Amino acid sequence: MSDGRLLVIALVFAPLSLMSFGGGQAIIADMQHQTVDIHHWMTGPEFADFFALSRAAPGPSTLISALIGWKVAGPLGAIVATLAIYIPSSLAVYGAVRWWHARNDSPWRGALERGLAPVAVGLVFAGAVAVMQAAHVNALQIFTTLLAAGLLIFTRIGIYAIMAAAALVFALLQWL
Amino acid sequence: MSSESSTERTSVSLLSLIMVFSRVGITSFGGSTAAWLYRELVQRRGWLDEEHFVTALTICQVLPGANPVNLSIYVGSQLRGGIGGAAAAFGMVMPPFCIILMLGYFYSRFGGSPVAHAVLGGLAAVGVGMTLFIGVKLAGQVRRPIPILIAVAIFIAVGVLRWPMIPVVLVLTPLSIAVQRWLIPKKSA
Repeated sequence: MSDGRLLVIALVFAPLSLMSFGGGQAIIADMQHQTVDIHHWMTGPEFADFFALSRAAPGPSTLISALIGWKVAGPLGAIVATLAIYIPSSLAVYGAVRWWHARNDSPWRGALERGLAPVAVGLVFAGAVAVMQAAHVNALQIFTTLLAAGLLIFTRIGIYAIMAAAALVFALLQWL
Repeated sequence: MSSESSTERTSVSLLSLIMVFSRVGITSFGGSTAAWLYRELVQRRGWLDEEHFVTALTICQVLPGANPVNLSIYVGSQLRGGIGGAAAAFGMVMPPFCIILMLGYFYSRFGGSPVAHAVLGGLAAVGVGMTLFIGVKLAGQVRRPIPILIAVAIFIAVGVLRWPMIPVVLVLTPLSIAVQRWLIPKKSA
């Protein structure tokens, strides 16, 4: 609730904003590292729960920052974290779009587009590993992860049907 | 192009930008935002043509930031300049922001129960599966040896060795762009 905490929240999320090439998946690994290992704002399993909430909710997955901000410094923390995670990248996009339209034929344009792709791919897979480590996953969860990925890649089953099925199965197994 | 966007500019009010993006923000889950925006912006309202939309999508995917928010900034600023971008992004983020805080409240009340924890464990597993799916989709664009090497190096450094991401990205991103600029011949368009 002190200003110091709000400042730290902004300083954690604003740089992550500019690093989230390819979307929020890219920064999950570092977000987990910062909030759990460096600042000790929460435990690994708690972070994994927040990740699950942000995935189940509508909107961009980077809204996990709102949950973390709330946990650290209440409502103001949620607002500061959300502004910090979106404003820097949004300004970059605004600038880039203007630049893009001014330079239709620059050879840098294609190089930039293709050069960022491998960075995004590496970071996305690193993010998947980070969340699995944070959650101390069991065999059933690993199976669920692979099954969900397979269904999404090879079928047209929607993410919500998969999530509902997983929630039901995990709840039933807990009751039994 | 500029005359086209200036006619678009006058026809869309800031309020309707906020309303349209709010509706997409609240109805789109996990990676489906682009599909919803396509339906709303291209098919239903004709604010953008299809080609323009695909360009926007590509740019927004490679730049940092959440893709739905980037698309809002792009489309909003195309239609109404900087203030339009801000209005669209506000519309996209505000409703889900309120919803996730409500979910967070319920979590803080009931998150301790074993069943709630088990359900979240299942949802997190699916969430990781979705992350893998997005990674596989993106990986389709990385076909040549050096870019694959760069992707693997970033994965090992950040995902396995747990090196801090920012320095890793700051070193390897310019390298990756330089490789594309000078070493790899441009694909025929």
